[in-house]
Amino acid sequence: MSGRVLVGVKRVIDYAVKIRVKPDNSGVVTDGVKHSMNPFCEIAVEEAVKLKEKKLIKEVVAVSCGPQQSQETIRTALAMGADRGIHVEVTGKDYDTLGPLQVSKILAALAKKEEAQLVILGKQAIDDDCNQTGQMTAALLDWPQGTFASEVSLENDKVKVVREIDGGLETIKISTPAVLTADLRLNTPRYATLPNIMKAKKKKIANVKPADLGVDLTSRLEVLRVDEPPQRQAGMKVETVDDLVVKLKDAGKV
Amino acid sequence: QSTLVVAEHTNEKLTPITLNAITAASKLGGDVSCLVAGTNCAKVVEEISKVKGVKKVLVAQHEAYKGALPEELTPLILETQKQFNFTHICAGASAFGKNLLPRVAAKLDVAPVSDIIEIKSPDTFVRTIYAGNALSTVKCNEPVKVFTVRGTAFEAAAVEGGSAASEDVAPAAPAGVSEWLEQSLTKSDRPELTSAKVVVSGGRGLKSGDNFKLLYDLADKLNAAVGASRAAVDAGFVPNDMQVGQTGKIVAPELYIAVGISGAIQHLAGMKDSKTIVAINKDPEAPIFQVADYGLVADLFKAVPEMTEALSK
Repeated sequence: MSGRVLVGVKRVIDYAVKIRVKPDNSGVVTDGVKHSMNPFCEIAVEEAVKLKEKKLIKEVVAVSCGPQQSQETIRTALAMGADRGIHVEVTGKDYDTLGPLQVSKILAALAKKEEAQLVILGKQAIDDDCNQTGQMTAALLDWPQGTFASEVSLENDKVKVVREIDGGLETIKISTPAVLTADLRLNTPRYATLPNIMKAKKKKIANVKPADLGVDLTSRLEVLRVDEPPQRQAGMKVETVDDLVVKLKDAGKV
Repeated sequence: QSTLVVAEHTNEKLTPITLNAITAASKLGGDVSCLVAGTNCAKVVEEISKVKGVKKVLVAQHEAYKGALPEELTPLILETQKQFNFTHICAGASAFGKNLLPRVAAKLDVAPVSDIIEIKSPDTFVRTIYAGNALSTVKCNEPVKVFTVRGTAFEAAAVEGGSAASEDVAPAAPAGVSEWLEQSLTKSDRPELTSAKVVVSGGRGLKSGDNFKLLYDLADKLNAAVGASRAAVDAGFVPNDMQVGQTGKIVAPELYIAVGISGAIQHLAGMKDSKTIVAINKDPEAPIFQVADYGLVADLFKAVPEMTEALSK
């Protein structure tokens, strides 16, 4: 295979930040909060870059949908080794209601336009935890999907994918073009080095509007409110194992 | 109003999370139908026909359904939907449901709702976001509501008391773009992690995979499943399918015993709905103690064998 890989990269609140729900319950506080690339997207970028280093593909294109700041996330992908970026500009109210279905429509349109052979995404984003975009992009393109991948190998015009499933692993073989989604064990993403960050500044990021791709951003999902989860109260400390076992027995737990 | 539950099974047995999905479907009101697609699934059809709350079982058998490939099951579900016009389509939020239902939803041009934990009304659902650090109440204005159900948030439907009629549906033409090759499941005589009544989990404090034997011994006394934190998985102590947490499995057993686990947010997301939590950790400041009902500050290498011993008496 010597084709092109499209990688989706999402800008999310950094995984180490403690989330705060807005007092008016309309969402979580995002202003002034550190953002970074969704960790699963980093794994997707790494996998694409590795395929290029092995000369199995010729170009890696990083795509992000969102406001101006999404370009920073694309730059990170470029510093990791992606060749060029596409920023699909979505702002304001459209961005507030942007969900996996709309993003899938954008990615499917771009995959066709760019004649991609593979689309590689993270299996889920750590903000909305939806785990949908890869599956839906594959559906819209009528391509097969290799989701929750922990091992990917290209074999001529097929991809062998080892997938994480509930009781262990399963192996499937799918035709290309295809959509893959990355699970945690697929690889360990590299850090962008300073020289590569400098080089990435020279790489091109194209600006695209959803309308240019013929994608309608209407969402029929409405978030009514966002709440803090009920907090668990800390219980008691026990001094000894015997004490613990007695307490558990009294409570009818063992 | 009517709901289709896409059943997950092994051709031999129904996967337990399907029973939780059936309960969620029953809460919506209206008839509940189950789709059983497989290669040779008569046993499962019989099993699911007896589940309380199931009105109809739709059966599709074909070699193409081996391995439950979403490329093959999606056209079948779309055909079934055309025939019966369900208002809701759901499945358990397992690797199976998460893989399949978004594909179905995209084909119907509707936005799915993942991993719901509560049904407020037939169009309004609650789900967790940010690894369980916030709850989002979502109204779905789609003509067909497609969603997956978090197993731990709904009781399992009773496996007796129902008498559903079964009906064959014609398999869709095979898509032939994917092929299922093999499965390697972790072999264990212990209960399955997400449905076990008791779970014993180990973290980085265990120091090695070999030391997990301490937990297996304790688990065997309690008829418990054994889980692990992501730190223990990343350190290579145990395989990933044992991982409890945001990026692993969500569990909510009667009793959860966390051993040598500090209690990172991402781990808490996977277990904080457990009824009773016990934490054993030598660091009295470990965040896990903030959610534990019973905390024991102790060296696990001493405390765990002692506990196994105490339970043998």
